[in-house]
Amino acid sequence: MVNAEAVRKRFGRLEVLKGITLDVRAGEVLCLLGPSGSGKSTFLRCINHLEKIDSGRLSVDGELVGYREDGGRLHELRERDVARKRAEIGMLFQHFNLFPHMTTLENVTCAPIRVKHEGREQARDRALELLARVGLPDKVDAYPAQLSGGQQQRVAIARALAMQPKLMLFDEPTSALDPELVGDVLAAMKQLAREGMTMIVVTHEMGFAREVADTVAFMDAGVVVESGAPADVLENPREERTRSFLSKVL
Amino acid sequence: MSSGEATPHQARRPEDIKAVPVRRPGRWIVAAIVLVVAIAIVRSVATNPNFQWGVVGEYLFDGRILHGLRVTIELTAIAMGIGVVLGVLLAIMRLSPNWLVSSASSFYIWFFRGTPVLVQLLFWYNIAALYPKIALGVPFGPAFVHADANTLITPFTAAILGLGLNEGAYMAEIVRAGIISVDAGQSDAAQSLGMTRLQTLRRIVLPQAMRVIIPPTGNETISMLKTSSLASVIVVTELLYAAQLIYSVNFKTIPLLIVASVWYIVCTSVLYVGQHYLERHYGRGAAREQTATLSGRVLRGVLSFRRSGEHLRPGGGEHR
Repeated sequence: MVNAEAVRKRFGRLEVLKGITLDVRAGEVLCLLGPSGSGKSTFLRCINHLEKIDSGRLSVDGELVGYREDGGRLHELRERDVARKRAEIGMLFQHFNLFPHMTTLENVTCAPIRVKHEGREQARDRALELLARVGLPDKVDAYPAQLSGGQQQRVAIARALAMQPKLMLFDEPTSALDPELVGDVLAAMKQLAREGMTMIVVTHEMGFAREVADTVAFMDAGVVVESGAPADVLENPREERTRSFLSKVL
Repeated sequence: MSSGEATPHQARRPEDIKAVPVRRPGRWIVAAIVLVVAIAIVRSVATNPNFQWGVVGEYLFDGRILHGLRVTIELTAIAMGIGVVLGVLLAIMRLSPNWLVSSASSFYIWFFRGTPVLVQLLFWYNIAALYPKIALGVPFGPAFVHADANTLITPFTAAILGLGLNEGAYMAEIVRAGIISVDAGQSDAAQSLGMTRLQTLRRIVLPQAMRVIIPPTGNETISMLKTSSLASVIVVTELLYAAQLIYSVNFKTIPLLIVASVWYIVCTSVLYVGQHYLERHYGRGAAREQTATLSGRVLRGVLSFRRSGEHLRPGGGEHR
């Protein structure tokens, strides 16, 4: 589903990704672990082209991200095509980023109506179904400011799922939540994983990684230090850097 | 103090505190002085015969004054309309990644903010001296429509162009401030859902920017209503010029200036109320509770004078 080959990304002089090579198969859950500033979030943002990569190759579902290959040369995609591809990838953010001027229902139906040109009725029906699924059937008309952090993040999950994505990206979805609210969001994510969604999750929740992930990759200073099954990487890390990080967070 | 002592309180609800308020003699003295001064002013205004209140009443609904009022309102509305549209365009241009586009916007803002609007009005009024003929057509190529500048640019159009183009420069900065104030995460979220830049701007960023844009735009509209009186120098018979025309004949200068002032105040008051409701509309979702209505707020403001030093705060609403 996602193939990264020697992906590099610079911000000015600072190189944040120094050659990332990763593969995620359809239906697989990949958890990205690592200290802050290691490039996890940047890599995630590259996957749906919120950031442009400087070198390497990055493709989703067999198609290059942000470019089209024609006669051995890369052509930048037009904005509309980039947007069309982004629509197939759901993304969750650390700070939820719900649209504060819209109700919960409008947040969820907005993109299906504006981007996929679905009928209002159809979008509404699916939104109600999704909001029920994340456990918020009674918050349809609430504004984001009236919801707790955990509820907001679950609305954000419903908003992303309303676009029927084939891949979901999670950028530290529980880092801004009170500890007692983390569980609800993780439960919604676990359910999603069970249903076979392909997911890439940047997280500090080791328990979630151990339980849900098919693969865990540990990143530091812009490179993947080691990756493998959660049992191997979390229980018996090969690299010293992984071991010292895990000893601090576990 | 310890938590153990708290249990007996929970048995029955504690009564509300009823305490004797602190005496504030200073506050009462100041209030008395203000009251005396206010009464003195009102009495003097009401009894001074030079104000000629009878004449004011006579001309308040005079046909020429009402026509001037209509022109003033038209000028304000059209010039603000041009200003807002131009302001949004210039703000978007200024934030464009294209260097030439953003510089063009910066240049426009620099130029129109850098010259007095009165001078701009006089320029537009005298445009025929610069361009006697105005033509519409292909640049450096053939023209399709010709027109004489003097017939095309009437005093009224000159006033609209002068006020509107100048306003565009100010509105551009207001709109830009609004756009910048919206968290970058909002654009990320919108784009990750597949919205284009334009959709993101229209559906997500601008509606939120409105909360920041509306209060200063209300100011600008009120200011425009008054600035439109400058059009009197290029013989547009707006409110002030209509009053001037009358007193140049009958020499009742003061009462007619009062007539004009009364109408200006009426209009700005209406705008103030309108701005309040507009702010409430765009503030939805921002505060946990809806802001109180204007009437409720004024009432509470009057009551709070007795209670404590609570202040009326315009356009409340807590930000996340």
